[in-house]
Amino acid sequence: MPLTIKHLLGLKGVSEQDITLILDNADNFYEVLQREIKQVPTLKGITVVNLFFENSTRTRISFELAEKRLSASPLNFSTSTSSVSKGESLRDTMRNIEAMKIDMVVVRHAAAGVPAFLTQCTGATIINAGDGLHEHPTQAILDMMTIRQKLGRLKGLKVAIIGDILHSRVARSNAWGMTTMGMKVVLCGPPTLMPQHPSPLGVEVTDSIDKALAGADVVMMLRLQLERQGSGLFPSIREYRERYGLDLEKLSRLTKKVLVMHPGPINRGIELASNVADGDHSVILDQVTNGVAVRMAVLYLLGGGGENA
Amino acid sequence: MLEKNDGQIIFPPVLGASPQKLLIKNGRVIDPANSVDGQLFIGVEQGVITLCAKEVPADFSPQEEIDATGMWVVPGLMDMHVHLREPGREDKETIETGTQAACAGGFTSIACMPNTNPVLDEESKIRYVVQRAQDSVCRVYPIGSITKGLLGEELSPFGEMVRAGARAVSDDGRSVRMANIMKNALNYSKSFRIPVICHCEDADLTRGGHMNEGAMSTLLGVWGMPSIAEEVIVARDIMLASYTGARVHIAHVSTAGSVRLVRDAKKLGVLVTCETCPHYIALTDDDLMTYDTNRKMNPPLRTLADREAILMGLADGTIDVIASDHAPHVSEDKDVEFDAAAFGVVGLETSLAVVMTYLIEKEILLPSELVEKMSLFPNRILGLAGGTLSKGSVADITIIDPNARWTVDSRCFYSKGRNTPFEGFNLHGCARYTILSGNVVYERKGQS
Repeated sequence: MPLTIKHLLGLKGVSEQDITLILDNADNFYEVLQREIKQVPTLKGITVVNLFFENSTRTRISFELAEKRLSASPLNFSTSTSSVSKGESLRDTMRNIEAMKIDMVVVRHAAAGVPAFLTQCTGATIINAGDGLHEHPTQAILDMMTIRQKLGRLKGLKVAIIGDILHSRVARSNAWGMTTMGMKVVLCGPPTLMPQHPSPLGVEVTDSIDKALAGADVVMMLRLQLERQGSGLFPSIREYRERYGLDLEKLSRLTKKVLVMHPGPINRGIELASNVADGDHSVILDQVTNGVAVRMAVLYLLGGGGENA
Repeated sequence: MLEKNDGQIIFPPVLGASPQKLLIKNGRVIDPANSVDGQLFIGVEQGVITLCAKEVPADFSPQEEIDATGMWVVPGLMDMHVHLREPGREDKETIETGTQAACAGGFTSIACMPNTNPVLDEESKIRYVVQRAQDSVCRVYPIGSITKGLLGEELSPFGEMVRAGARAVSDDGRSVRMANIMKNALNYSKSFRIPVICHCEDADLTRGGHMNEGAMSTLLGVWGMPSIAEEVIVARDIMLASYTGARVHIAHVSTAGSVRLVRDAKKLGVLVTCETCPHYIALTDDDLMTYDTNRKMNPPLRTLADREAILMGLADGTIDVIASDHAPHVSEDKDVEFDAAAFGVVGLETSLAVVMTYLIEKEILLPSELVEKMSLFPNRILGLAGGTLSKGSVADITIIDPNARWTVDSRCFYSKGRNTPFEGFNLHGCARYTILSGNVVYERKGQS
């Protein structure tokens, strides 16, 4: 069964069937990753360009590894080594790369809507690896994969996403994707780090971490961009940690055992205490492992896999 | 080869008053300045209107006749908010192409904004525009800047600029940041009886923004520009106008809150007028779903509730003027990611039809109110005698075909700018004839 989408631009509007298909395939690839030989020939001869206009280490490495394990040929392009720094337009960059006969593009950009824009510049398949404040769909899918792996299901579970919601494309993709999968999502953070108009996210919003944590099955902590303190969004790291940081004391108040997640990289001792990050609630490293499996699944399915299956 | 706008700009050999005797017959003459709306004949001699009557006197023998059956004969339209880009960005627009676009859009007069390069902030630069526009198919009234270089620091010489032909001052593109400078500008403007045109935007509140802050910006993940960024400055400038007794004109009103502020200020007797633009009349931020950079402008498209308030403000007279904020750009500035795209849309060649389609067809405005907002009131605000068909007035006349049906195709524009938010729209109404000093300078055929 193929996906109904041609590109993965975001999770808003993507069906439960499509997300389930990616999750099921990711589970299969996860199994491949446990083998002695972790490579399959599935995408042999397919060239995938990793077009990163914004700094990223783990997402880029995760995609690159996924591409290599599917036997695709990855091509890395980042702004520091490209002609973009010489003032070339995005359309020209894309068309030049396309002229070299490539098949798929994984793109990260600081401007929202760039993946959608690229679909108008090229016939290649586009995968969004993060665009502005908009979406980061593969991160949300790997989060869901991890939850399903640990708790056996998604439907009916409550997820609290805590921190800088305003600047988080991870929160947006998760809010939309998880809602589609029948989960209950609560977004929590100080009002200054929350969108002024959260209604399109379609989920509950609160500034009370206790309310967010009550009855939660999963707690996802978001990275606090420390430089934002200077822009007047919160008064001090200390006050932020006290109100929105997750530590053992806050965990101990919960009646239910929760999974603790984080999209990384962590500010240890700020949004997440070290003993929680490394404790038995934490599935943070599972998320990283699953990230490779999810990206293999997305590349495989959008690269034509599953069409004859 | 595409015919430009399916019409033709006609250049009379000398653009002075036409020596021809012209008769416009069978049209519905709409002249709100004289409370006229009916089937009348209009006669023109030596570029001046000499006849506006139910019957043609026996001794009036025209050399030229226009049959305006089924059409509206109105005073020449005026767009008081246009960016002509010359001097400085002649690749985007020139005075020649901009005035041709205006003419094809039914405008006989436009006022152009000073944010050119160099800025129109002194007598010689105003004079340059006036001279360059001398032989144009549309009258051009320059607007001088409020502050030198638009820097918000020192006042430009209003008196010298007015002497050279400036009809207003504005730092359009930004607000005068410091309230004390704005207060000085308002006080100083009183000596010259010119309005101060305010672009209202608190730059601290819009920093980094590319669209309206609202549900749509949350959905699209684009940094927002909140409506209050406009409203706090509208409120400030109204209060400063009230305090100084000067005249302010609020440019491109886009939010419900701004409409409310202007309405309340008018009730209190503040000398405030305002304008809105066709794109705020027809579109909302919901129309940005595809990140269309040709719908990116400043102020940005707002919400449905804002649009409804704009329509209400037009209907109840709070909003005096409809102006296009015509802002041509080259494709390099628009065919890029949304965040990197320039703000601004072209409007001269679609303005009338958008107003006809969204306000007249939907019976939000009467035809006479359209004439007020697109001709009479902008003329009055800028202290000009135009905007009427009174006997003895200069014969600047627009003949509107309210029944025309056409599809917007930016390739047919006279403007160099192709950045229209209305590409592909099916619109109603167009200017059939544009007449300047009795000269037919534009005639549009076909498309009915």
